[in-house]
Amino acid sequence: MLKYIVKRLILMIPVLLLMTLVVFSIFYFAPGDPVSRIAGPNVTEEVYKSIQKKYGLDQPFVVQYLRFLKSVAEGDLGISILQDRPVLEMIKERLPVTLQIGLLGFAITFAIAIPAGVAAAVKKNTAVDYLCMTGSLLGIAVPTFWLGMLLLYVFAYKLRWFPISGDGSFKQLVLPGFAIGLTNAAITARMVRSSMLEVLKQDYVRTARSKGLLEKTVVYRHALKNALIPVITLMGLRLGWILGGSVALEIIFSIPGIGRLMVDAILSRDFPVVQGSMLVLTSSIILANILADILYAIVDPRIRYG
Amino acid sequence: MKEAILRVKNLCVDFHLDNRIIPAVDGVSFSLAKGETLGLVGESGCGKSVTALTIMRLLQMPPAKIRNGEIYFKGQNLLNMTDEEMRQIRGKNIAMIFQEPMTSLNPVFTIGRQISEVLIQHQNMPKKDALEKSIEMLKLVRIPEPEKVVKQYPHQLSGGMRQRVMIAAALACEPEIIIADEPTTALDVTVEAQILGLINELKSRINSSIIMISHDLGIVAEVSDRVAVMYAGRIVEYGDVHSVFTSPKHPYTKGLLEAIPDINMNRSKRLKEIRGVVPFPDEIKEGCRFKTRCDYVHEKCLAEEPPFIQVGNNQVRCWNYLSQ
Repeated sequence: MLKYIVKRLILMIPVLLLMTLVVFSIFYFAPGDPVSRIAGPNVTEEVYKSIQKKYGLDQPFVVQYLRFLKSVAEGDLGISILQDRPVLEMIKERLPVTLQIGLLGFAITFAIAIPAGVAAAVKKNTAVDYLCMTGSLLGIAVPTFWLGMLLLYVFAYKLRWFPISGDGSFKQLVLPGFAIGLTNAAITARMVRSSMLEVLKQDYVRTARSKGLLEKTVVYRHALKNALIPVITLMGLRLGWILGGSVALEIIFSIPGIGRLMVDAILSRDFPVVQGSMLVLTSSIILANILADILYAIVDPRIRYG
Repeated sequence: MKEAILRVKNLCVDFHLDNRIIPAVDGVSFSLAKGETLGLVGESGCGKSVTALTIMRLLQMPPAKIRNGEIYFKGQNLLNMTDEEMRQIRGKNIAMIFQEPMTSLNPVFTIGRQISEVLIQHQNMPKKDALEKSIEMLKLVRIPEPEKVVKQYPHQLSGGMRQRVMIAAALACEPEIIIADEPTTALDVTVEAQILGLINELKSRINSSIIMISHDLGIVAEVSDRVAVMYAGRIVEYGDVHSVFTSPKHPYTKGLLEAIPDINMNRSKRLKEIRGVVPFPDEIKEGCRFKTRCDYVHEKCLAEEPPFIQVGNNQVRCWNYLSQ
């Protein structure tokens, strides 16, 4: 198992290399010049050159890229062109709040999707099932940002239970957490339902009943543990999506997370910040998938990684 | 005759499909005495498993529906019990061993847990004691290294070993009745003999009764005291194992026995078979259910279904014996 994890971590390196190359190329070849942005329109040749030199922008593409890789390998993500601060420091400031929203959203996803999916499967083709599945259809159809605005309007503006914009407290996380949680729960509940329906037909569920176990033991232990196996894969993919896809929510809720940092950086052509935040997001998506694979092996003893 | 521990009376179970109703079990009655083994034989689709699952009340309803009948266990009608009352009987008083050992164990739980959960549920045993008893049960079903096996998962065991685990779980609470639904069908012949021997031995040890369901007459002959032959949802012949096998009365029982290959038989001769296949029970509206495949069929068989007729020690549903 340990060997497998190490192997997966090593395999992250080529993926990250490719990602940095793509991002680097886009910025290098795309029109627009960060130097004139910093220096302003009326600048002497001399000043222009010195700024170019400071950021190493006078070098050819390959040299710039290799320099960048070297500093990343040394743990240095460069300096923000716009703010003149180390990128790593900026990411460290912004990442926690994104992670908190993501994890809260994730917890809400599970707290809703599992009971709803199980109930819908056990009471298949009854009012309970239809209610859960209609709710889930709505959740899938509604875009996260719109749901975010709706929550903001009702719970922050009208009811005033939560702050309208990020104020640094835990309360600011609740509404965006729910916006993520509800959308994801909708898809996950469907997955739990169909997976449960499949498992409930299995012989071992009948065996469990033949032993005279309580129905809740049969459903929530014998069946659910098997039904969660495919759900874990989906969750691994969604976790990455949640971290990367919270940009819209961070803007709506005015929360200074990493998604916003990246979008602002893209708009202002602050290349080191874009590259740095992309690196962090890509890594977290890959890590989430490794985590899902590890969970897989814990839940299903038939899976052993060599 | 010893006291009957289980009495099934005129049991009728229908399957409601989209556009037809199939009476899978139709008027089945039998009784099971304490310590007795009853063999239930017949081809696939004749209602053996449905009968067993109805006794356990494990049939999926719908599509199945119990139209009629009573199942008395120690004087109480199982079909009138609440789900909770029935749950307390399952696994404790009546246990079942299933046909498919490969899929009947939960793949994500250890063997130890799957045996001990019965004890924890029904005898309130603490986890640790239950696990110890599980090891003991595994010893009883002759699984080597039981201390190691309790920590293993089903996929690490062979089919024969898994069926032993199933038996260990079924017998953990020393049930009064064991329903074995084709317990050896999925296993190798050598393993089959071991499993049958084991079931017989353990049965006498805890003095329980067995309903042995099989399509294999050899197995039934080996372990049963009495036999019920089922065909298309009905019992067509019922009697003690000796008389059914040495002097079968119903043409269907005769056909089944003739279809068993014999090592001494003339190889150039074709093995006898029963022509055709078991009809769906709803395909035969009137007359004897076996009429489409019977060699001795006559006018009365086509029009009217025969009642049970006592012939020697056996009860037979066949018009051919009415004159005797």
